[in-house]
Amino acid sequence: MSEVDLIPVLSQEEVAEIEAEISHLPDRPSAAIDALMIVQKHRGWVSDESLSAIAHLLGMSTAELDGVATFYNLIYRQPVGRHVISVCDSVSCYVMGADGLAKDLEAKLGISFGETTADERFTLLPIVCLGACDKAPTMQIDEDLIENVSAERLDDIFEKYK
Amino acid sequence: MSLLDTKPLTGRVEEVGGPVFLADYEAGGGYVAAKKAITQMTPAEVIEEVKDSNLRGRGGAGFPTGTKWGFVPPGPSPDGGVKYLVCNGDEMEPGTFKDRWLISNNPHSLIEGMLIGAYAIGATKAYVFLRGEYFEPKAKLEEAIDEAKAAGYLGKGLFNTEFELDFRIHSSGGRYICGEETALLNALEGKRAQPRNKPPFPPASGAWGRPTIVNNVETYCNVPSIIEKGADWFRDLGLTEDAGTKIYGVSGRVNNPGLWELPIGTTIREIIEEHAGGMQDGYQLRGLLPGGASTDFLVEEHFDLAMDYGTIQAAGSRMGTGTMILMDDSICPVDMSRNLQHFFAQESCGFCTPCREGLPWIESLLLDIEEGRGQPGDLEVLDQNAQYIGAPGNTFCLHATGAIEPLQSALKYFREDFERHITEGRCPYRTNGSA
Repeated sequence: MSEVDLIPVLSQEEVAEIEAEISHLPDRPSAAIDALMIVQKHRGWVSDESLSAIAHLLGMSTAELDGVATFYNLIYRQPVGRHVISVCDSVSCYVMGADGLAKDLEAKLGISFGETTADERFTLLPIVCLGACDKAPTMQIDEDLIENVSAERLDDIFEKYK
Repeated sequence: MSLLDTKPLTGRVEEVGGPVFLADYEAGGGYVAAKKAITQMTPAEVIEEVKDSNLRGRGGAGFPTGTKWGFVPPGPSPDGGVKYLVCNGDEMEPGTFKDRWLISNNPHSLIEGMLIGAYAIGATKAYVFLRGEYFEPKAKLEEAIDEAKAAGYLGKGLFNTEFELDFRIHSSGGRYICGEETALLNALEGKRAQPRNKPPFPPASGAWGRPTIVNNVETYCNVPSIIEKGADWFRDLGLTEDAGTKIYGVSGRVNNPGLWELPIGTTIREIIEEHAGGMQDGYQLRGLLPGGASTDFLVEEHFDLAMDYGTIQAAGSRMGTGTMILMDDSICPVDMSRNLQHFFAQESCGFCTPCREGLPWIESLLLDIEEGRGQPGDLEVLDQNAQYIGAPGNTFCLHATGAIEPLQSALKYFREDFERHITEGRCPYRTNGSA
């Protein structure tokens, strides 16, 4: 892909949001994480094409930006389902039975951690301590924190996420 | 007497009965301290007051806050460049849930504490580095920032002085190592969050090479009341040689898990029995991690100790974040250790060999032992490698050191459990007897 093709990969809206971040930073590459998150917010994940376009916009090499993108847990370099279920596997949830819950979730969804359901409804991922340890076990679906999760509650919980 | 006299961090939330926004915050004396600091005190006087208060970092390390602020070169920078004040709101230490609560419920106390801190060090730009997963706290903080801007507490010409503060949130891309302050600064700069070599320390050269102070959420939230009521009042709140209150937390099989603001130095037993309601029926407490996943286990002989920096350190652990994780008698110490090492292995930034290679290797050996494949001599190998990996100085930062703290103490206090796994070739905690 030639240079002139790169920027149009991003929408005007994405570019405007990224430029707004750059405007209060000392230099363009400092907006790398913000820019990745902005594109992911619009597209659900960061494709190779998006990555190259962002790198071009920020004046960085694609390799350097991929080094940043792959470092962070919340930046997805593969497509995800319409909803992402992030299940806490850290110690407070572990003590309250998170390992069993993880198995229940896999059985219920028919997928393993790191996979997406065939209907692309859910992607199942592990996540580090969500900071709600007095209400363990916990998980997050998209932006919603869900506390005191139990296998019995899963059907009700999933209802909201089509 | 107001609740704020004994509970400066949470008292107003208790009075209001929920999240405190600007009108309620002002009605409880909010922003009086910032006005006092900025209009009636010099930056040096603010730093002196915070030093006198003996406020220590509430993120886990316990470094004296005023002393840290004093490391920033005072006055305008000779080259005219900016200084930064950063809040570490990257709460990701497993078992820690106090900063989420503080930001969500008392966001103006964080803003006001940072406003005072920025004035003290001459910073004109402030960032709250917030966990990317903290959507609700972020929304609450954004609302409070908007209110503070509209009311003239953030922006330019504050309190009719020359002082100005640009205040922003950075949402993290998510990685535990971002909690290490120099890794956090790299992340703020849009880079991989690898810790930096030190020195230079951030007060000399931090964000974008400028003088920078990084403090925890709870630390900043303590500052307004220190300025308003004075260092003597703050010191008197503590029960032991430490000053102020502490937000303690308990998670695990207790009747009433939660958070409580108590005088610093309250005993472990009082926190668990009086506040967390004691253990649930059918569960016995065997041990606990006093302040997050990277602190050494404490056991029965320690439960009457005061939760303060010095006492817990003398017992061989750390108060850390003050939010304790309880291990009851249904939990296998080997498997819990495996869970902890899985976290640390995954969250290593990968820069230093002992941490990148050593932690996954330890996790894998623990899994072998847990699943009945342990060999005689494995525990000695674990002891030895824990020493190599955990020794400060073998790695850039203290990630591996923190990882080894719960492991070494588990090997010490629950040795018999580890040995039984090897001699019996199975985990005695698994009722079906197989892996």
